[in-house]
Amino acid sequence: MTQMKERLVQLEVLRYNPDTDTEAHFQRYEVTCYEEGVVLDALNKIKADIDPTLNFRWSCHMAVCGSCGMMINGEPKLSCHTFLREYEGVIRVEPLTHFPIERDLVTAPDDFMEKLKRVKPYIIPKEDKPISEGEYKQTPAQLMKFRQYSMCINCMLCYAACPQYGLTPEFIGPAALTMAHRYNQDSRDGGRKERQEVVATHEGVWECTFVGACSEVCPAHVDPASALQQMKITSSIDWIVEHMIPGGKK
Amino acid sequence: MSRRPLVREVPPTSWYFRHPRYLRYMSREITSIFVGAYCLLLVVGLQRLASGPTAWEGFLLGLRSADSIVFHLLALAAAVYHATTWFNATQKAMPIQIGEDFVPGNVISGAHYVVWVVLSFAILFLVGVF
Ligand code: SF4
Ligand code: FES
Repeated sequence: MTQMKERLVQLEVLRYNPDTDTEAHFQRYEVTCYEEGVVLDALNKIKADIDPTLNFRWSCHMAVCGSCGMMINGEPKLSCHTFLREYEGVIRVEPLTHFPIERDLVTAPDDFMEKLKRVKPYIIPKEDKPISEGEYKQTPAQLMKFRQYSMCINCMLCYAACPQYGLTPEFIGPAALTMAHRYNQDSRDGGRKERQEVVATHEGVWECTFVGACSEVCPAHVDPASALQQMKITSSIDWIVEHMIPGGKK
Repeated sequence: MSRRPLVREVPPTSWYFRHPRYLRYMSREITSIFVGAYCLLLVVGLQRLASGPTAWEGFLLGLRSADSIVFHLLALAAAVYHATTWFNATQKAMPIQIGEDFVPGNVISGAHYVVWVVLSFAILFLVGVF
């Protein structure tokens, strides 16, 4: 068996203890990790061998659960998906920006969860039919219309990247609005009108100025920026139909 | 014992220095100042034209000044940058689905460039350049 190569990794991790600290501070660690390792491996090694008080969230270690998001050298990333070999020198690890720090690298996701709920991220059937009539069917083309937007893993990297969310915390934000779009685009869904009450508002898509950072950092290639721009167009069409076409008011 | 989550403020005026992609965004936003200023110049020109031949001649003379030429070059660069970033963004805002597939993004953006060139030539033709 070939020997796995190892490398010495230096990390600078932002620490915050809500019981004792008023400010966060950086702490330097040095660990030896496998050459093929990811930042999460280094953190786990630190926790196991050096400092059991270090806190961070993770679960799947394969970029599907969305819980290990953090800032790595200033960039929002999944730590289980960020290879150590791509970095030279000290790697700076911080909790996701724009979210309150609960402890060390653990942030409070409550605001995002609340917003996600507000866009009604579930199918609101066009017409209810009894179970005896069978399933709601969908063609592959109808599926493709929203498939990309259904790949979101709720990692909140897009919120950490979005300066509008940082500056205006009321903004519903990229992932939640994209979820609204995902269901609006679904042939089985009839809930668009209800969602528009959240989507087509100042806190909704109109807070977005198309910085595009969300799409650049999204690890699941959801492209939230595209969903938001499309919703701006359809919301504008709604407005024109309502206000400028005689008899268009619903 | 207080267990407060730590809220970090976003600097309201200097946040765009935090990442190159924010600077890129701000530079795109700033181009709109030049585009706006050029529109204003056109309005002033119309107003001069309406005030008679001497006012119009004066306006034309002003356009030939070095300052004016520098401004026009800057405004042109800003407008081109703004237009290209806009055209490149159209593929996100207006995807076209045919059956199960999407038309490739560069076809959608490319179509905008083609229309841009055609319209530009049409205008040049109308003002008698050819
Ligand atoms: S849209 Fe992308 S970046 Fe945002 S929460 Fe979903 S997977 Fe994460
Ligand atoms: S641990 Fe699940 S996405 Fe990283």
